[in-house]
Amino acid sequence: MSNQLPGAITIGIQRGNLEIKQFFRQRESVVFTLLFPLILLAIFGSVFENTIAPGVTFSQYFVAGMIASALVNTGFQQIAIYIPIERDNGALKRLRGTPMPATSYFIGKAILVTFSMLIQVALLLAAGIAFFGVNLPTVGSKWLIFFGILISGAIVSTILGVAFSSVPKTARGASAIVSPVVIILQFFSGVFFVFTDLPQWMQQIAAIFPLKWLTQGMRSVFLPDSFATREIVGNWETGRTFAIITIWLVVGTALAIRTFKWDRD
Amino acid sequence: MKPVIEISGLRKSYGAFQAVKGLSLTINQGEIFAILGPNGAGKTTTVEILEGFRAADSGKISVLGVDPAIKGKAALAWRNRIGIVLQSTQDTDDLSALEAVTHFASYYSNPRDPHEVLALVGLSDKSNNRARALSGGQRRRLDVALGIVGHPELLFLDEPTTGFDPEARRAFWQLIKQLRDEGTTILLTTHYLDEAEELADRVAVMNNGEIIEISTPALLGGRDSAKAIITWREGGAIKSIESDTPTQFLISLAERFGGEVPELTIRRPSLEDVYLSMIGMSGIGVGE
Repeated sequence: MSNQLPGAITIGIQRGNLEIKQFFRQRESVVFTLLFPLILLAIFGSVFENTIAPGVTFSQYFVAGMIASALVNTGFQQIAIYIPIERDNGALKRLRGTPMPATSYFIGKAILVTFSMLIQVALLLAAGIAFFGVNLPTVGSKWLIFFGILISGAIVSTILGVAFSSVPKTARGASAIVSPVVIILQFFSGVFFVFTDLPQWMQQIAAIFPLKWLTQGMRSVFLPDSFATREIVGNWETGRTFAIITIWLVVGTALAIRTFKWDRD
Repeated sequence: MKPVIEISGLRKSYGAFQAVKGLSLTINQGEIFAILGPNGAGKTTTVEILEGFRAADSGKISVLGVDPAIKGKAALAWRNRIGIVLQSTQDTDDLSALEAVTHFASYYSNPRDPHEVLALVGLSDKSNNRARALSGGQRRRLDVALGIVGHPELLFLDEPTTGFDPEARRAFWQLIKQLRDEGTTILLTTHYLDEAEELADRVAVMNNGEIIEISTPALLGGRDSAKAIITWREGGAIKSIESDTPTQFLISLAERFGGEVPELTIRRPSLEDVYLSMIGMSGIGVGE
């Protein structure tokens, strides 16, 4: 008889596979997480076809915002809704009764987020390129920023989702609490409207949260550099963007560790 | 006999409410031990402390030689040796029975073969069905499959047969006895007295946070020496008496009727009668 327990990473990868399998078997999650952003893109991109700056259409601006939103949808929103469901339906308690390390559970969630995020970003990019005149960056430094925002954004979004998962008391309450938070943040952060057109108080609130910075970061990747002068401070603020994401990473991790609950009560 | 669970002076309060008031108990290896008691008796609190889901306020607790409040790597090594079947959950709905069991097997150092486990709980022909499509009883057997896939030395079973049809219950009891015969210690909480009587080697009756009695089902509450209850029909009404000497009484009764006594029954108090009188509900004919 072997007494060696399987490693946390091995189990985490198994959990990731399982999470992905379950994700695709739940029609709601596929529609809500993957299709809904595409529908939004189709609607907003077609309604507002105006040009907001020389050589920049609102559609292009919007696609950049939706790609940033994809990080929030597949990370924060998916996790903060799904963990309360798993807490409510007994999944977490069952897992806690097994020798599965807690780390493996979060590795599994990270794999699910990575997977659904990559699909969603790919779908949005494809639609943006095919229908809304979005161009892929041509210089390496832009790609570097793209992947930097993608990876750090997905991580911070997931960790904040874990931290926020303790807020909804029930599974039914989860999407009612989490979805409005995301939608309001999207309005405030310059996803649905041009950020500089928003009232100043909205801009100031948005500047506290990561989405505004992720959105701005994605604009720096997908819009021409000439557009930078139209941002609030007249440049892309790449350094500040990563600094703010890092702060949220630290705050979010501390919160997530302190507040995570396996049990309903 | 080797003790698997040892508790002494266990206490747990929620605010001013004392859920468990100084409980002491030893459960030995290879026995099926049932805890009975009404809702609010402190059963769930006690069992959840033993499962490591709740912390005790005070008392000495040893489960497989380990304090369940243990943390970190040692806690995982301890969990590797126990199995927990909680009350019903829907978390495996989107997986097939085989997928769920195979996945849970990957958590343990020495798992059973998933196909074998499904055969053991009688789900072999349902192994590729999604859990969502299983009946209540089949789902419960899947819960048990997930609880035993790690080869536990100690199995916690919480209300295992709620929602079973009589045939499924019989099959389930057979499975539990088989696990016991293989050396698994089983701690059972149930509301069904017939289940406790059928399965348990010993039972503890809890009420108001205390153990009232620990005994075998046959001896609980002085059942073996209790008076027998004889009922029959006479003059259009059902009559009933309690007697220490039922055989003698029956002979005289038979003489009075000159043969068959209409609607005759003689019975000892059931476990349910004894249990109900112990927790202060109306029971019939239990000795003083």
